[in-house]
Amino acid sequence: MATETVVKEHDHHDTNDGGAWDGGKQPFAVSYGKLMMWYFLLSDAFTFAGFLIAYGTLRFSSATWPVPDFVFSTTPFGGHGLPLIFVTFMSFLLIISSVTMVRGVQEGHRENKRGVVFWMFLTIIGGIGFLSCQAWEWNNLINVEHMTVTVNPFGTHTESGTYLEGDDHDINAGDTFAAGDSYLIHQHDGEFHPLKYKTEEGIEKQQEFGPKAFGALFFFITGFHGFHVLSGVVFLIIIMINAASGLYVERKNGYEMVEKVGLYWHFVDLVWVFVFLVFYLL
Amino acid sequence: MGHKSYEESIKDVYKGLILLAVVTLIEVGISLFGKGHLGYKPGPEMGWLLALVAIGLIVLSLYKAYFIIYEFMHMSSEVKGLRMTVLMPCLLLVWAVIAFFQEGNSWFERRDLIKEKNERSIKDKKMDIQGSLLQKEETYQM
Repeated sequence: MATETVVKEHDHHDTNDGGAWDGGKQPFAVSYGKLMMWYFLLSDAFTFAGFLIAYGTLRFSSATWPVPDFVFSTTPFGGHGLPLIFVTFMSFLLIISSVTMVRGVQEGHRENKRGVVFWMFLTIIGGIGFLSCQAWEWNNLINVEHMTVTVNPFGTHTESGTYLEGDDHDINAGDTFAAGDSYLIHQHDGEFHPLKYKTEEGIEKQQEFGPKAFGALFFFITGFHGFHVLSGVVFLIIIMINAASGLYVERKNGYEMVEKVGLYWHFVDLVWVFVFLVFYLL
Repeated sequence: MGHKSYEESIKDVYKGLILLAVVTLIEVGISLFGKGHLGYKPGPEMGWLLALVAIGLIVLSLYKAYFIIYEFMHMSSEVKGLRMTVLMPCLLLVWAVIAFFQEGNSWFERRDLIKEKNERSIKDKKMDIQGSLLQKEETYQM
C-alpha cells in the first residue's frame, strides 16, 4: 500500500495526469482518425438499421410477402430452382475479402509494403467480384423478371386451386397449387399476363401482384449496400496505390490508413450479414 | 494483438475464415429447412418450429457480427470506453425493432378497415363531417 501511494504522488509531480480524462493522454488510446471511423460506422449502422427495420415493419404489415427462396433461386449460366445458392456465393466472396483485408492490416503492422499491396489487391478483386454478382442479380430482376421500384410481380397464393391457363415458362393449364405457394407473373411483349385460376370453391380469379414495397425495399437496401461496397473499392484502390508508392513508409503512424479502410471494409461485410439475414434467410 | 506471434495471428485469421464460412453454411441449411427444401416442409401448424428457425438464424447472424467486430475489427483490443461508446448506442435498436414491428402488426390488423374507409364514396365522407365532429361509436371501439 505504502509504495503505491508513493508512486502515485511521484506521478502527480511529474506529469499531472491522475486519470485518463485529465488531459495529456488519449483516453481511448486510438488516433483521432480511427476513433472517428468508429463513430462514422456507428452512425452508418443506424442508417442501415433504419432501412432493415422498415423492411421488417412493412413485411409484418402485409398479408403476404414474396418468399425469398423463390425470388432468389436463379443463378448465372442458366441455373433455375436453386434457392439461395448464388447469394451464398456472394456472401462467401465478402467474407473472403474481409479475411484478405485482415491479412493486409497485419502486414501493415510489420511494415511489409509488398504484403500490404498484395493482400489489398486480393481484397479489391473480392469487392469487384461481389459487385459483379450484384449487377447480374439486379439485371436478372429488372430485365428478366421485370421487378421495379413500384411493381412487384412476385405474388403468393392465399388459397389453393387449379390454373386455367399456362404461361410459357413453368406453369401449365391444369396445374394445381396450394395456399402459400409463390408465383412470378411473366411479361409477354411488354405486358404482364396474370394467369386465371379456379379456386376449390369453383370461383374464377386471376393472379395478383405481390406487395409493392418489396421491390422498393430490395433495390434501395441492396443498392445502398452495393454503393458502400463500390466506394469501399475506390478507397481501397487509392490506399493501395498510396501504399505501393511508399507514402506510408515515411509516415509517423505507418500503415494506419490501411487499418482505417480495413475497419470500413469489415463494416460492409458486417452489414451484409444482416442484409443476407433479412432479405434471403428469413 | 501484440502478445501473439505473427504465425499465430495468421493462423487465427484462417480459423476465423473457416468459422464464418461454416456458420454461413449452417444458416443457409437452417433457412432451406424452414422453407421446406430439405425434404420436410413445416406447415402452418408447426409455428413453434418456424419461430425456432427464425431465432436460430438471428442468433447465428448476431454471432457472426460479434466475431467480425471483435476479431477482424480488433474491438477486443480497444479500450473499454471506446467499446462502450460504439456498442451501447446499438442497444437502442432493440427498442426500435420491438416498437416498429408492433406498429407493422397494427397496420396489418387495420388494413381491411383502411380499405373499407378508402372505398367509401365522397358523399358519405361529407355527411360524416357535416353530421357531427364525433365519429360513430364503433370507430372508437377499434
